[in-house]
Amino acid sequence: MKVSITVNGKKSEHDVEPRTLLVHYVRENLGLTGTNIGCDTSSCGACTVHLNGEAVKSCTILAAQADGCSVDTIEGLSKDGVMHPMQQAFMENHGLQCGYCTPGMVMAAIGLLNENPHPTEEDVRLGLEGNLCRCTGYHNIVKSVLAAAK
Amino acid sequence: MIPAAFDFKRASSADEAISLIGQYGDEAKFLAGGHSLIPLMKLRLAQPTMLIDIGRITDLSYIKDGGDHIAIGALTRHMDVEKSDLLKKHVPLLAHAAGHVGDAQVRHRGTIGGSLAHADSASDLPATTLALGATYIAQGPNGQRQIAAKDFYKGFLESALAPDEMLVEIRVPKNTGGWSFQKFNRRAQDWAIVGVAAWKNGKDSGVALVNMGSTPILATSVSAALASGASITEAAELAAAEAEPQSDLNASSDYRTHLAKVLVRRALEDSSK
Repeated sequence: MKVSITVNGKKSEHDVEPRTLLVHYVRENLGLTGTNIGCDTSSCGACTVHLNGEAVKSCTILAAQADGCSVDTIEGLSKDGVMHPMQQAFMENHGLQCGYCTPGMVMAAIGLLNENPHPTEEDVRLGLEGNLCRCTGYHNIVKSVLAAAK
Repeated sequence: MIPAAFDFKRASSADEAISLIGQYGDEAKFLAGGHSLIPLMKLRLAQPTMLIDIGRITDLSYIKDGGDHIAIGALTRHMDVEKSDLLKKHVPLLAHAAGHVGDAQVRHRGTIGGSLAHADSASDLPATTLALGATYIAQGPNGQRQIAAKDFYKGFLESALAPDEMLVEIRVPKNTGGWSFQKFNRRAQDWAIVGVAAWKNGKDSGVALVNMGSTPILATSVSAALASGASITEAAELAAAEAEPQSDLNASSDYRTHLAKVLVRRALEDSSK
């Protein structure tokens, strides 16, 4: 089936199988491999992207469900070579270790601040419950999100 | 993991969805938010050959004051249930419980109707709506019918919905009692190992258990004991009277029974504050 999805502001159109997952669409059809597949069971959040502005897990959404929608991935954050404030905050606060969870963490964190621009530390920890960091670097991730909120 | 192949049709109204499912029969499934169904399909535990996408039937996404109850469209997302001022005011237990489903990303997609129709005893909302005495509205080719939550859950992932029926609305009585939602799990986003949704208003109460059997369980013995004047501690001892908890990797049946008693006591104490 034909799907048309605006990804990072650019319209894309591809003929896909109905069973194509959104994460495979962005990685394989569009070559945007910043979005990672971690657990593949909607637990870990590594595949988090924004669908119509909201953080979602792209391993549990069909490309067909995103047809006609807008999707934002980690690749769409920096503008003219300048990092998004959240990316900058992760860099400055050592919010990543191996980096595997980072694209999902950053997208989830931006989604969190969109809904709650002035979170407490507890809000951040609760708001990121859907994202797992197996380096267990949560302390600095939370610190990064709080820094970006300032 | 990739689901087995299927065909995909999008319905733009409940009538169209029901007509499509009638056409494709047992091999078709409704797809709402997909956060119960797609994981099952990826694990190949479900292999429908036709998905009927009902996720864009926007007129089934609402939360309305129905007088003595709040009416919730089946396609209302968990996040909207969690944040609803109407529910926070009139059925705070449900708004709170919706905030415990999965995580933020899941709550952006998952719908209340999808969760209830999936009929997973380990999910938070089947037990919560059961405790609150909700009524579900199902629509089929011959119109709508009401199903009480207590008559809806028939077995493991099995509901009273006919194959050609879809859930369209959930009616939850307004509830001004004290309330509590207890969820015991190991990691923030996990399903409950055991959960309890409870409300208490004087001698009246509603208590339901998450993951204490193949269906969500209404702990009627607890409410009957409270109604006849038993203390919370005495009533909580009856928490598992209706339950048949399974053993799995997370907990033995005996441990679940122990948890249910402790969590029901906490929930009732919490509801009495």
